[in-house]
Amino acid sequence: MSDLLQLVMTVNGRPASVAVHPFARLLDVLREDLGLTGTKEGCGEGECGACTVLLDGLVVNSCLVPAAQAQGAEVVTVEGLAEGENLSAVQTAFLKYNAAQCGFCSPGMMLAATDLLRRNPRPGEDDIREGLAGNLCRCTGYSKILDAVTEASK
Amino acid sequence: MRGDLPACELRGAASLEEALELLAREPGVWAPIAGGTDLMVVHNAGRLKPTRFLDLSRLGALRGIEEDDAALTFGALTTFTEVRACQAVHRHLPNLIKSARVTGALAIQNRGTLGGNIVNASPAADTPPSLLAYGAELELASVRGARWVPYDQFHLGYKSMVLAPDELVARIRVPKPQGLGFHFYRKVGTRQAQAIAKVCVAAYARLEEGRVTEFRIGLGAVAPAPVRASRVEAVIAGLPVRALPIAAALGALEDDISPIGDIRASAHYRSVVTRNVVGQMLRELVAMGDRATLP
Amino acid sequence: MIGESSIRKEGRAKVIGAACYTDDRIVPGALHGLTIRSSAPRGILRGLVFGEGIPWDEFTVVTAADIPGRNRVASVVDDQPFLVGIGEEIAHAEQPVALLAHPDRHLLERARGAVTLQVDPLPAVLDLQASLDRTQVIYRDDNLLKEIHIDKGDPEAVWAGAARVLEGEYRTGAQEHLYLEPNAMIAEVTRDEAGAKVTVWGSLQCPYYVHSALMQLFGLSADQVRVVAMEMGGAFGGKEDYPSLSGGHAALLAWKSGKPVRLVYDREEDLAATTKRHPSRTRLKTAFDAEGHLLAMKVDFVLDGGAFATLSPVVLSRGAIHAAGVYRCPDVSIHARAVATNTPPPGAFRGFGAPQSLLAIERHMDVCALALGLEPAELRRRNFLRMGDTMATGQVIREDLDLAGLMDRTLAELGYRDKREAFAASNRSAGPIRRGVGFSVFMHGCGFTGSGEAHMASVAGVEGLADGTVAVLAASTEMGQGKNTVFAQIVSGALGIPFDLVGVAEVDTRFVPNSGPTVASRSTMVVGRILEDAAAGFKQALIQQGFLSEPYTAESFREAVARAHAEVGALRCYGQYHQGPERTWDDVAYRGDAYPTYSWACYAAEVAVDLDIYEVKVEDFVACQEVGRVVNPRMAQGQIEGGVAQGIGWGLWEEVTLKEGRMANNQMTNYIIPTSVDLPRIRVHFLENRHAGGPGGAKGIGELPMDGPAPALLNALGNALGPLRLDEVPMTPERLLARCEEVSHV
Repeated sequence: MSDLLQLVMTVNGRPASVAVHPFARLLDVLREDLGLTGTKEGCGEGECGACTVLLDGLVVNSCLVPAAQAQGAEVVTVEGLAEGENLSAVQTAFLKYNAAQCGFCSPGMMLAATDLLRRNPRPGEDDIREGLAGNLCRCTGYSKILDAVTEASK
Repeated sequence: MRGDLPACELRGAASLEEALELLAREPGVWAPIAGGTDLMVVHNAGRLKPTRFLDLSRLGALRGIEEDDAALTFGALTTFTEVRACQAVHRHLPNLIKSARVTGALAIQNRGTLGGNIVNASPAADTPPSLLAYGAELELASVRGARWVPYDQFHLGYKSMVLAPDELVARIRVPKPQGLGFHFYRKVGTRQAQAIAKVCVAAYARLEEGRVTEFRIGLGAVAPAPVRASRVEAVIAGLPVRALPIAAALGALEDDISPIGDIRASAHYRSVVTRNVVGQMLRELVAMGDRATLP
Repeated sequence: MIGESSIRKEGRAKVIGAACYTDDRIVPGALHGLTIRSSAPRGILRGLVFGEGIPWDEFTVVTAADIPGRNRVASVVDDQPFLVGIGEEIAHAEQPVALLAHPDRHLLERARGAVTLQVDPLPAVLDLQASLDRTQVIYRDDNLLKEIHIDKGDPEAVWAGAARVLEGEYRTGAQEHLYLEPNAMIAEVTRDEAGAKVTVWGSLQCPYYVHSALMQLFGLSADQVRVVAMEMGGAFGGKEDYPSLSGGHAALLAWKSGKPVRLVYDREEDLAATTKRHPSRTRLKTAFDAEGHLLAMKVDFVLDGGAFATLSPVVLSRGAIHAAGVYRCPDVSIHARAVATNTPPPGAFRGFGAPQSLLAIERHMDVCALALGLEPAELRRRNFLRMGDTMATGQVIREDLDLAGLMDRTLAELGYRDKREAFAASNRSAGPIRRGVGFSVFMHGCGFTGSGEAHMASVAGVEGLADGTVAVLAASTEMGQGKNTVFAQIVSGALGIPFDLVGVAEVDTRFVPNSGPTVASRSTMVVGRILEDAAAGFKQALIQQGFLSEPYTAESFREAVARAHAEVGALRCYGQYHQGPERTWDDVAYRGDAYPTYSWACYAAEVAVDLDIYEVKVEDFVACQEVGRVVNPRMAQGQIEGGVAQGIGWGLWEEVTLKEGRMANNQMTNYIIPTSVDLPRIRVHFLENRHAGGPGGAKGIGELPMDGPAPALLNALGNALGPLRLDEVPMTPERLLARCEEVSHV
């Protein structure tokens, strides 16, 4: 049985420190130890992308990241997209285009979109499709998500 | 989440040497973990047998891509995203770009590593066929030193490889193709993205004075491990590229593969599709030869 | 206002990650729960063995013996137990046998592996054919869960004299809903002098179904059971009847332990154990005259209903009623059966039987067109239903129906004729790609069949709040379709006040009336209509009691409501469903007005097939539908786009692979739904034709888009590849390879 790890990270711009099992999933640390329930578990296999967060600037499936590998990392979750009451461009566009139907894929989808736009500020539709290919949505057929990301890129 | 977390132990190592010493002291006890994109899936499903893990992810000695005149050498911890970002790989090893690009999706590519992909040894992995086509070599490191093994001799069978219990894959060296090269990569997956391969074909040929002087085909998902289509290669190698015996080559393919029916595809489908894709590859090789030898 | 693309009421919470789904709810002191399931598909349970190495005294263990009330899940037929008892029959793999709870979820997981079931196996019936053949009789004395006959005229008298008689057999596989949020329940039981109170919070479509099921499970009265519907991460019918079972399980653990319990499925369990779309087999026999007019139709429609009836009787009903499609046919005989197999019972899934039977008739029409030497569009044009025609149940078309116009509009939008010509040429050139176009024309009955709504007599209301705003009181649940928003639009429109002054009360059976389940594409059309009445009544009450006078502004309305609340307390006004007298339905003979109205649609697809690898790419898709009146255009488009995506998935990729009666591909990596790279833009068009019964003229749209894509795809493949046996979905690459080999004798 492992000793607990004192996991120190910067989460959504603020310092966070929790004692966790080093092999615990980052997803569970975020949801349970830090109370950030915006990030979701859809599959536990790294297939659906509902658990997507930014880890040191890269999109990752947090259900596949052992806590120890997030030591000292900067993590951004859906709760960190807005600045106070001001929604980000991606969030505003998702709201305007009804790109979130049931909303369960949306936190991960918005993080993937945020990452995409940072890497490619003027993506074409195919670029957006490829950038979001790791985030499954069962409600929208992706159309309104594409519209929202296109608008957010303007 | 069905993994038995309390039973699991994760330890790091300050250096590659320390990691190798631990493996030498306690062989077969510590399972190396890099990006976790394979192991954590099995852990989440409650089916992971090992419980003690050696975290390699911070070992700088296993990172980085080095280039010299003859080769590109990748640290085992090179992620698929890092492969895709490397200009030299785009220039010299386009199949590796293609295979990295179709590995899972972005979130997997950011964490998955070449070394992890190789030692996880799934027969359906996307990048090993590219490595086979390029004639890659692996550096296997242990406290006893390091040895280089041609990648096409690494896999012995299903999830069985020449890696000793105290060895780690440290580097992957891929010779830079010289002269006029033909590169081919096609993955047939369960869908267009975030998919496991049902069939995977990678090929590299060197053309010199109208002849195929080097020819390697790497196949995925049609044998217990990634394999070379050596009989097909034998039919083609050395021949003039404008007159390749495609039918004979495809005939030889049957003996190079042993596809199974599984949850993703039937053996028959794999057999037919591999044949078609290898045929497509050979026709493209001939076409390239035609273009290359036009006055 | 009706017709505006108002922003979703719950939209902001979803984009900031604040929407609270069941597993997000923090419950101090809760135990984790787990379900022990059979791995055998059939047998007699002899015992449960609790193995070594687990501190069992720390665990809450629930078996059938612990059930205080009836061990039967209240449903259409009460045949499904919550838990299999010792000495009783296991009827399917994954059937729940026992429940465990413990505060430590890891120890709980270890305990799962330490429970062994002792089962005397029995021979199992694992597919539809075996059930029909009665190799074993596993349900009552004939394996039949339900049987329906729909007869109009006498087809048998027609075959001999008809110019052409054409037969076909079509199959559809199971489909998994794959909502992104797996099934989840939280339960709590409190006890005081008054007795026990059971509360369940969960991801569920129908709070009053769960409410009834819990009353029966525990033998409690209505006010002793409370069900709260949480935010749902998708449902599509997969959380319509299943939550009665899982909600009961969570509640049983809470009942026995005295602590709150979280019962959250992981994806593996959800895939293997919960409901699916019914697999089907349809045999069609159709007679035509020399000009291609349909003279007679005989349909043999069979659904694989799994081990228990669940919703099979109703799914069968809808499938049977839709089996004759959108065509005029004087002599029709539909024989529909749902048969039992030893597999996990299927349940509701968007479309609810209609996708299955419509796939058959719409594919069959293309097959017949080819045989008759007519174009698919022309054969249909000669046979479309029009005003005054009767459907298979005898229901008379009372609206000015222009299906030919709808079809022509759709085909023009796709560029059908030009593409057919172009592809006929390009398909002859070298290379592995073949392209084709195809379409389907179909309908979807809105709301419950026949007298279903009348029996339910749904109630919904509006309430004035202290701050002067109005809250909608209804049991309809939000699963992404935007019902909160639609209801607010309807009520604000009826009251003549801004959208922002209307909210929707939390769906808690303590406070909201039974407006019926959130199913059958009924929420807008039926519940919305009731809310219009309730709103009208509310306004009248305010006026009659002197708080409000007309005309009024938004401000004065708000003041009036606030004043009323201050002076008389909560002011609530309810409406109730009333069936119009002109409609009749005979439940036994299956004759009459099956549905109050239908939405009508034509969907067209363009596909490209790569004959080296047998992959199908959908390159273009047009979806045109007439749905009465569109309440919220953006949301309505989203419903169609999402439904088409699910229909394409069902048509090309989604397969449930059973081994020994258990889903073997129960991981998301092996159950294939489309990613963003697998779909084209779905081009959506609405035609409006107001239906008197719905608010503002609205009909239902939630399920309609599921019916059209699969047959349109098969027809497009037929156009691309020629006369292949394209008679089954999903038409996976493996299946397509096999069909191609049939004709080429490779």
